[in-house]
Amino acid sequence: MELLAFGDTGWGDELFRATLMTIAVSITAMLIGFSFAAIFTPLKLSKFKSLNIIANIYTTVIRGVPELLVIYLFFFGGSGAIMFVASMFGYNEYIEINAFVTGSFAIGIISGAYSTEVFRGAIQSIDKGQFEAARVLGFSKFKQFYKIILPQMLRLAIPNLSNVWQITLKDTSLISVTGLVEIMRQSYIAAGSTRDPLFFYSFAAVLYLLLTFLSMKLINKLEVKYSRGY
Amino acid sequence: MDFELMINSFPKLLNAAVITLKLLSVSLIVGLFIGLLFAILRLNKNIFINRFAYGYSYLFRGTPLLVQIFIIYFGLGQIEYLRSTFMWVILKEPYWCAIIAFALNTGAYTSEILRSAFQTIKPGIIEAGQSLGIPNKIIFYKIQIPIAIRQSLPAYGNEIILMMKGTSLASTVTIMDLTGVAKYIISTTFKPIEVFIVAGGIYLFMTFIIHNVIKFLEKKYSFN
Repeated sequence: MELLAFGDTGWGDELFRATLMTIAVSITAMLIGFSFAAIFTPLKLSKFKSLNIIANIYTTVIRGVPELLVIYLFFFGGSGAIMFVASMFGYNEYIEINAFVTGSFAIGIISGAYSTEVFRGAIQSIDKGQFEAARVLGFSKFKQFYKIILPQMLRLAIPNLSNVWQITLKDTSLISVTGLVEIMRQSYIAAGSTRDPLFFYSFAAVLYLLLTFLSMKLINKLEVKYSRGY
Repeated sequence: MDFELMINSFPKLLNAAVITLKLLSVSLIVGLFIGLLFAILRLNKNIFINRFAYGYSYLFRGTPLLVQIFIIYFGLGQIEYLRSTFMWVILKEPYWCAIIAFALNTGAYTSEILRSAFQTIKPGIIEAGQSLGIPNKIIFYKIQIPIAIRQSLPAYGNEIILMMKGTSLASTVTIMDLTGVAKYIISTTFKPIEVFIVAGGIYLFMTFIIHNVIKFLEKKYSFN
């Protein structure tokens, strides 16, 4: 138990901070994923074939290639890509992006592909009459979406989004390969310096279980909130 | 774009893909048995057996695969007792540790898939079997299991693809699978995009094949 003490003698405070880091990366990645989904879901549902193809390539490639490979692409290629863009604007210094940004982007792109599919499914399962009714009522396009389609879509999407959240949360453990100190990395460091890997990795497993358990509780509450009236 | 590197690295990556496929197939076969066993335990009326099976699947589905591999590879070796038993022959090899972790992980997901498949079988089908005087054991093996397998094919197909992506984690315990070799080439040449295209292409090709095989099986075993 003294291994988990807070302060200089144990790893309690380090692991606590690492847990917060895992939560921070997961939420950032999820939000980045939502912004990708906001771009690609309309493309998927668009009438134009070429736009459909672009969105399909995104979701198929990301869902068919291991997460770890995507993370390596960002880890090794991230600063190169940023420097290339910067050099077009005449900035030629070396730029290093930190592990948090690389990690959240890599996981965010992965989570975005899953979210895109979830949102597409949700919009497609809304009754056609709802779209027509929105149009008949004379709402502007923007209002049609925000007042009528979005609330119904969220209700249908939340159960599946909770799966995406679970996947995203667990995927953040892979960022440890880039050196970002989240639960997995911190356990690796602690296991290395105390020579007690069994304890620390089991403790990491407990932390992840706790996170998934608590987030499920929260999401269930959201689900109840959004299915009012059903 | 460095096309020469892409062409040169292709055979190396293809060789590594064989290891990925080996890891995948062995862990899927073992995982299927584990999954079937735990699905049956889940349907047991005894609350302790039931809870045990649920706990197993909750534990393995609620934690990242990476943690599971690390516990088995780095953690179990720490137990002195295990080092003296025959288990140590297996546990000191990263290859077998990875397979144990993958099999236990996919077993947990498979048990959930099979359980829900068993639960969707209409009671009328089982009653029909009983009224024909077929013993319960045979009803289970000859009626319930085949229907459950067909019912769970689409979900199991997804699980195979997820597991294929999961095998990439074997590279974290020094196994040179497709991702391991890809990472090695990236870190020696610093050409991540080229290597990603080739390695990702191989993964996508495997996904494509698995997807189509499952589709074919679904068609073959459908009612109509």
